[in-house]
Amino acid sequence: MDSSFLFGISTMAYILAMIIYITYLAFKKTQIGITATTITIVGFVSQTLAIIMRWKEFYDLSQMGFLRSAPLTNLYESLIFFVWCLILAYLIVEFRFKNRSFGAFVTPVAGLALAFIDISGMTKEIQPLVPALQSNWLLAHVMMSFIAYATFALSFSTALMYLILTTERKNEGAYIFWTVTAGIFVIVLLAMGIDFLAFKVTVKRPEEFIKSFLFKASFLNPSTVVKMLSWTVASAMLFALWKYGSVLKRVIRAFNISDEILDEITYKSIAVGFPVFTLGGLIFGAIWADQAWGVYWSWDPKETWSLITWFVYAFYLHSRMIRGWRGKKVAIVAVIGFVAVIFTYIGVNLLLSGLHAYGGLE
Amino acid sequence: MEGERNKTSVHKIWDLFASVKLAIVIFALISLTSIIGTVLEQRAEPAKNIQILTKLFGESLAPTMYNILEKLGFIDMYHAWWFVALLIILATNIIVCSLERLPKIWKVVKEPIQPMREEQLKKFAINREIVLKGKPDKVKDAVTGAIKGAGFNYTESKEEKGYQFYSQKGNYSRLGVYVTHFSILVILIGAIIGVFFGFNGHLNLPEGAMSNVAYSGREKVIPLGFDIRCDNFDVEFYGRSDMPKEYRSYLTVIKNGREVLKKSIAVNDPLTYEGITFYQASYGLIPENFGKGIFIFRVISRDGKISNLNLRFGDTFEILNTTISGKIIDLSPALKINEKGQVFTYANQMNNPAVYIDFSESGKHKYSGWLLKRYPETWQLPEGHRVEFIDYWGVEYTGLQVRKDPGVWVVYLGCITMSIGLYIAFFMSHRRLWVRIVEERNNTRVVIGATSNKNRAAFERKINKMLSLLSKRQEGGR
Ligand code: HEM
Repeated sequence: MDSSFLFGISTMAYILAMIIYITYLAFKKTQIGITATTITIVGFVSQTLAIIMRWKEFYDLSQMGFLRSAPLTNLYESLIFFVWCLILAYLIVEFRFKNRSFGAFVTPVAGLALAFIDISGMTKEIQPLVPALQSNWLLAHVMMSFIAYATFALSFSTALMYLILTTERKNEGAYIFWTVTAGIFVIVLLAMGIDFLAFKVTVKRPEEFIKSFLFKASFLNPSTVVKMLSWTVASAMLFALWKYGSVLKRVIRAFNISDEILDEITYKSIAVGFPVFTLGGLIFGAIWADQAWGVYWSWDPKETWSLITWFVYAFYLHSRMIRGWRGKKVAIVAVIGFVAVIFTYIGVNLLLSGLHAYGGLE
Repeated sequence: MEGERNKTSVHKIWDLFASVKLAIVIFALISLTSIIGTVLEQRAEPAKNIQILTKLFGESLAPTMYNILEKLGFIDMYHAWWFVALLIILATNIIVCSLERLPKIWKVVKEPIQPMREEQLKKFAINREIVLKGKPDKVKDAVTGAIKGAGFNYTESKEEKGYQFYSQKGNYSRLGVYVTHFSILVILIGAIIGVFFGFNGHLNLPEGAMSNVAYSGREKVIPLGFDIRCDNFDVEFYGRSDMPKEYRSYLTVIKNGREVLKKSIAVNDPLTYEGITFYQASYGLIPENFGKGIFIFRVISRDGKISNLNLRFGDTFEILNTTISGKIIDLSPALKINEKGQVFTYANQMNNPAVYIDFSESGKHKYSGWLLKRYPETWQLPEGHRVEFIDYWGVEYTGLQVRKDPGVWVVYLGCITMSIGLYIAFFMSHRRLWVRIVEERNNTRVVIGATSNKNRAAFERKINKMLSLLSKRQEGGR
């Protein structure tokens, strides 16, 4: 048994748990809920073992000291760790608040992250560390960033649920906001799935996938027909979500899960995530940059996007203090915050590097 | 009249700067403009950004867009006047807002806690009531024990038919937010000190060379106040791949003609002397020195005689106690051997330097071949002698980032302050607790009122635990 086998088990467990949590949401049988939790725990345990094994494999290979061999050195490993933190945070919330219905909203995020790994076909090999990455600050920096990202992901799920629950009219800004945001998430993922099926690619670095294959089977297809069709289908999906969004609301409403609890969990996860992100993401990142490059802050796109994320969450924390801003507006900010997180984490490497470094070479 | 109007407008500005609304507007502005700053490449040549804009807006719009964005300062936006202005407004906002609120908060922090009437206690967010057996004087110890058990030091006051105990904890935690805000000012000050009193330069030092200056921007010369010399530069690779494992420069600091410091630096492990820090940043080959370097060999003859040799291109050397001699007649910075045994140069960096040596015995040509630095098996001669290729020295330079930033410690101090402030702001709370015990028909009624400015649920759990302990203890004691 090796680490990739265990990772496989955990991926399957999370996807299964996602389905069962959604079923639970629909039927509300305690038995189903317990099954979902059990499967999530099984996935979590095997993922924990897998991470430990990979750590050991890397340690044996790199001979660079225990801490520096932490499996947090590339996008693949960091996504795995992100999912691990997210599931851990979710399990804590499930036990603390004795409510399983968030599971249906959190496990999809975990499932999406793992699916993204497979869809983008990024390398899963253990790679040696380039000199700049050989720092203990890196471990602290990456680890804490991902703990924070996980709490932000949790707040994203609950804020989205909050919006679904509290919006009424179809012409209301908050309603349009959540249907469009959720819709784009689903559409992007579907489009990537289609890319994957169409090209069956395995690439060494995720950048290659984004540069050469992303949306080439749909929105960016050379054929105008396919292109038009993709945009039409996407618009239709958005429209359908907008039109029938209230179905989701009824499903969640069927649970006795109140707006206040959702708002509270959103705030609490951000209240944990914000300090962790400040210390681990920004401060440790700055110390590491100072050691490695001699500048603690250089306004490079990754740093700047971390700062943008930080400001969005500062915006969230302060907007709660403005009279009349509680509730929907604040929840929208929490959702935007996580969009900024995703962009900081993946978008900067993929989209901006596509614009910057390799521009025009092809 | 005039004065009155002035005052109101000053007031208005003050109120604006004291408002949280301005803060979130600034957060939004900094975030939104920064997004543009990450899409455009900062301080790049026009062509690069026009290319990016072409991708986003198409051929025809790109040059116009570029001109507009350049006029607005977006090509170097983090130094543009309006971005600096945003930071100044943020700082002013923090200062004014704190000045406005601190006195009130300070009063809350310093205010001693007072006993309350029962109606007041029942209005608190957390309020409980239980009845214990026995008169107040009998249950008093149990109650105070429970309060202490919950970690509160209480004040006691005697009341008509019983007692009241009251206590507060973490009143200073209300200042956590202000510590956080203050730390932002400290970090900004540290950054300003760095801008005005520091520099950021670079220096390419060839192996063996020395310099007493660094360069910044377009060849601006910065005196260091001492000399720095590069004794050697080395790249270590992972196995036989070209994936670098470590770049290392061996540096010596020379002050007034004396060597005062020797240290080898690597990425993530810089050298600091007199406030100036040298970082390993890059490296490279000096083309015009390429044929002029020094080959460092360790020659071990079959019977174990070792000689260390420093040679130049074209030099001849002898293997000790033999009549065999070698002559260096060719070299390559990066040689590879393919499956057919052919050699070729695959890079113009010194990834795998190699020398071609012609060996002769007693003046007669014997054999010749390549010795590769990364392939020890090529060092072995047929007779059992060994020519170890240690280094080809003097043809590479180390690229150093040279930086002086007296503000960095202020920035770090600000970061530490911020971490502490955030910890206090989010993980500590101001908790207040009142417990009143009143005699009632030979029993004692215990009324509890409590508040917490943060994380009420946790405090509530604590109080519930306190109560259940109290009633349990009484049952057990009976
Ligand atoms: C980057 C800058 C800033 C950061 C990181 C920051 C951080 C924070 C944090 C972490 C809190 C606690 C929030 C909570 O407990 O939920 C807070 C509260 C607060 N902030 Fe800021 N802040 C910043 C700028 C400002 C500015 C410019 C103002 C100016 C009005 C401001 C006004 C306030 C106020 C009034 C509170 C509430 C204080 C209280 O609860 O007593 N902040 N801030």
